[in-house]
This record gives sequence, structure tokens and C-alpha cells, in this order.
Amino acid sequence: MEQFLQQVVNGLSLGSIYALIALGYTMIYGIIKLINFAHGDIYMLGAYIGYFCMTILKLGFLPSLLIAMAGCTVLGFAIEKIAYKPLRSAPRIAVLITAIGVSLFLEYGTMFFVKANVRTYPAMTGLLAERYQLGGVVVTMQQILILAITILLMVVLQFIVKRTRIGRAMRATSLDNDAAQLMGINVDTTISFTFVLGSALAGAAGVLVGVYYNSINPLMGMMPGLKAFVAAVLGGIGLIPGAMIGGYLIGIVEVFVSGYGSSMYRDAVVFAILILILIVKPTGILGKSSGEKV
Amino acid sequence: MKKMIGIVLTFVVVQILISTNVINSYLQATLATICINIILAASLNLITGFTGQFSLGHAGFMSIGAYICALILLRFPTLPGFLAGLLAGAVLAALVGILVGLPTLRLKGDYLAIATLGMSEIIRVVFTNLEITNGAAGLSGIPQFVNWFWLYLFSVGTVLLLLNFLNSSHGRACISIREDEMAAESVGISVTKYKVIAFTVGAFCAGIAGGLYASYFYFLKPGTFGFLKSIDVLVIVVLGGMGSMSGSILAAVLLALISTFLQSFPELRMVLYSLLLIVIMIFRPQGLMGSKEISLSTFGKLGKFLSPGKGRE
Repeated sequence: MEQFLQQVVNGLSLGSIYALIALGYTMIYGIIKLINFAHGDIYMLGAYIGYFCMTILKLGFLPSLLIAMAGCTVLGFAIEKIAYKPLRSAPRIAVLITAIGVSLFLEYGTMFFVKANVRTYPAMTGLLAERYQLGGVVVTMQQILILAITILLMVVLQFIVKRTRIGRAMRATSLDNDAAQLMGINVDTTISFTFVLGSALAGAAGVLVGVYYNSINPLMGMMPGLKAFVAAVLGGIGLIPGAMIGGYLIGIVEVFVSGYGSSMYRDAVVFAILILILIVKPTGILGKSSGEKV
Repeated sequence: MKKMIGIVLTFVVVQILISTNVINSYLQATLATICINIILAASLNLITGFTGQFSLGHAGFMSIGAYICALILLRFPTLPGFLAGLLAGAVLAALVGILVGLPTLRLKGDYLAIATLGMSEIIRVVFTNLEITNGAAGLSGIPQFVNWFWLYLFSVGTVLLLLNFLNSSHGRACISIREDEMAAESVGISVTKYKVIAFTVGAFCAGIAGGLYASYFYFLKPGTFGFLKSIDVLVIVVLGGMGSMSGSILAAVLLALISTFLQSFPELRMVLYSLLLIVIMIFRPQGLMGSKEISLSTFGKLGKFLSPGKGRE
């Protein structure tokens, strides 16, 4: 039982990371129907920005987190403008291939500049290194922090999407691009804003994962990126609550497979879930199916 | 007839160059990579370029062919053993293709891409964990039966097979699915059936490419067949032009030469590859050849490296 609870705690931490990345995926997919393969690499770059803030600039955790988020924001904005915007009317497959290209470019470009070796985040000190023993379950301050920051960011996101003008524009654009344009919404700005928002969340996830797991490398974004996409599909792509549910589910499943089964098979299990969900209910847990239009 | 002469002539010329050691063993490895990549790209082109189904799982099929062929070869290190292994690997890859294709090919566009990617990752994880494939360390000491003759035979064979398939009514049905799925369905083409056929034929060819790879490079590890391998093949197809077989061949040769040139800077190679992908998609999304084919006459001079006559005349 104690082991079970411990796994749930660990699963929630990992799930928070996946949920943060999945939110970006799902918003971008919702608005321009693109699987932004580069999203996982923005997360990786967030981790690196955080790393350099902490080691070279000797900043604390919170300033590093904010700088990483800001850096990723700029990056997401630039990627959208340079790589995706010229392809707005191109076939979907062309945009998807571009996304893969951007992803590889970020990975190997980073590798070229900072080298391929694994880097270690500086050890956390003071409050951030605290550990609490609750019965037989160990909860670290970092885990609490990850969960708290994730929930805070989700609340902020929910507020932006539901309560602000630009949030309403986002929802309108994802519902019907052309109609939104006819209603006087600046679709380009809205799409840029979506990228900015998603990238900031991915950047935050990057710093959190650096603090939690300590080691980062230029290819670290590949697998979590794919898994976060699986999470987004699982919850129902295009839906913000779906991404949160999917992220936590995938995180918990993965920790349980590692804990009770074989950690070697955890990636396979996640992808098996993906294929299963695509076969059984392609719209995801929260999704509703819409008819085919001619 | 002209086609046949061209094909035989290319073979003889390269064979002479190998015998006289003008093409040394290093260049021979490049030649093998080119041939294997031609098979992979041509078969992926059938799925992605001609049928319009975006697959990111080609490395998975290739790894099945490679491992089956290697396992059989290690037990029966004879020429019949090699051919049997090649066939068994290809057939098994095709079977997996059907198995995966039947449910997933109902999915559209990006969903299919991500499902095939998932499938190929699952295959890789399975090979990494199986006892018989020696896990992450991989298999080594696989007897080398593949030489220029087999490489050439299979790559020409594959391309001719695929071109004939595309010229048949089945191939036309596949192309119609790419053009407009709903219209194809409304004129009575069984969309799912033809998607699965294209997928299976593609998987079969990828299995053959895997077998050739195993027996030429006599060393296999699961890491070789990751996501990046699928991307490698996709880059060839996209660069050559989706829907152009001669484009795939041209791009396979071109990229093999570039990557041989950049051998000592592997990171730079990937940076260039990715830039190439982005730039092609933005400025020339149809690739080098679009959906056109080159004919024999324009191809003749390149015949030393390429097998001419693959274009439609």
C-alpha cells in the first residue's frame, strides 16, 4: 500500500511535466491542426536556459524559471513566424514534415553548440532540498513544487482562455478559422499567441524536469514530446482539460509500469495505449466525434 | 528493351569498377547504403507519395526484416539460408504491416503518422528486450552474403515491381486515394483495402532492405532502427519528390554522397538535413522532381551510379 502511494506521488510529478507539455501540443493542434513536433525540443531548450541561468548567472530557482519561460516564448514565436507561417495554406503533410525538420534542427543545433554530453543541474539547497516522511511515503519539496507550479500555470491558462479577449479569439479560431476571420479576429496574432502560451508552459516544464531529475541533454525532448502528444490524444486533442487528464494518466501509468513491471517496457506501453485509443476512441476521453464533411 | 540494356550495362560497369578496385571497399559501403536506401525510399514513396498515407514507421518494418534475416543466417550460414532469411523477414514485415495497417489505416493524416511512429517504437522496444536478439547489445558476426550483385538485383527488382504495381489498376486506385479519398470511395474503390495493400507492399520491401542491411553490415542493434532512421527515409522521399520514383533514386544517391562527404561531422550532418527539410518544404514543397519521372535519355550519363530506365518512357 505504501509502495502504491509512493508510486502515485511519483506519477503525479511526472504527470505534471507531461501535462504541461501536452497543453501546448493540444492548443497548437486545436488552432492550426498541426502536430508541433518541435514542442518537445522547446521543452529541452527551456531546461537548458534554466541550467545556464542557474550555473552561469547564479540565479535562484524562481528567476531561472521565469527567464526560461520568457526565452521559450520568444523561441516559440520565432519558430511559428519563420517555419510555419509561410506554410499556412500548404498541404498538411508539408507542415508536418517542416515540424519534424524544426525539431531535428533544434536538437542537433543545440547539440552542436553545447555538445552532446549530459549536464547536471546544480543541487537544490535550503527549502528546495527538503524531504517529508508521511507514513511510509516520501514526498520531496520538489515534488510539491512541481505540482503547485503546474496547477498554478493551469489556472492562469484557464483564466486566459476563458476570461480574456485573446482567449476568446483563440477559442473562436480553433472552432472555425474562416468564420473567426470574418468576425474581425486577427487570426495570425491569435495563432502566434497560442504558440507563445504553449512554449512558455513547455519552458516551465523543462526547468522543472531539470530540477527534479537533475540531468539534461540535447535529445531529452524527443521522448517526453512524443509521450505528451500521446497524452493530448488520450485526453482528447484540442481540449485543455483533456491534456491535463491525459498528462497525469500517462505519467501515472508510466511510473506504475516501471515500478511493478519492467521499466524497459514503459515506452512501449505508452505507445500501445496510443494505438489502442486511436482504434477504440480516436477523439480521446473527453472528445466528441464530429461527422465527416464533404 | 532499351531499359534492359541500360540495367545490365550499369551492373556490368559498376562490377568492373569494383573488380579493378576503382570503387574501393569504403565506396562500396556507400554503394550498399545507396541501394538499401533506394529500396526503402521507393517503398515509402508508394505509401506516402503515391497513396498519400503519412507513415513514420518504416524503420520498424526494416528492423523486422533485418532481425529475422540475421537470426536465420546465424543458424544457416549458407546462400539458401540467406535467401530464405530475406524472404522470411520480408513476409513477416508484410504481416506486421497488415496487422498494424488494418486498424490504424482508418485514421487520417497526422493520426496515422503518430500511430505508425508508435508501432515502430514498440517494435524497437521489443527487439531491445528479447533474449534471442541479444537485447540492446545487438547481433554481430552475421555472415556476409550480400554483394553488389544482390544489392543491385534487389533494388532494381523493387523499383520495377513498384513501378509495375503503380501502372496497374491497383496502383491507379492507390493514386486516386491520394488525390481525393472521398471521391475515390464514391466511385467504388475500397479505400481501406488499397491503403492496406500499399502499406503491406511497402512493408515487404522495407523488410527486404532490412535483410540486405543485416547481411551486408553484419552487425545489428535496435538503436539503428529508431525514429531517426524513419526520418532519414522520409527526407529522401520528400527531397526527391513525393510521387516520383526516379526522384527517390536521385535523392538517395545525392544524400548518400553528401553524408559520405560529411562523415566526420555527424552533428553537422543532422543540422544540414533538418535545414534541408525545412527549406524544401517552404520553397519547393514538391521536392526536386515533383511527381515527374526522368526518362532513360536524360539519365544516361549518371548511369554509373544510378540504374537507368527506371523512369517511364
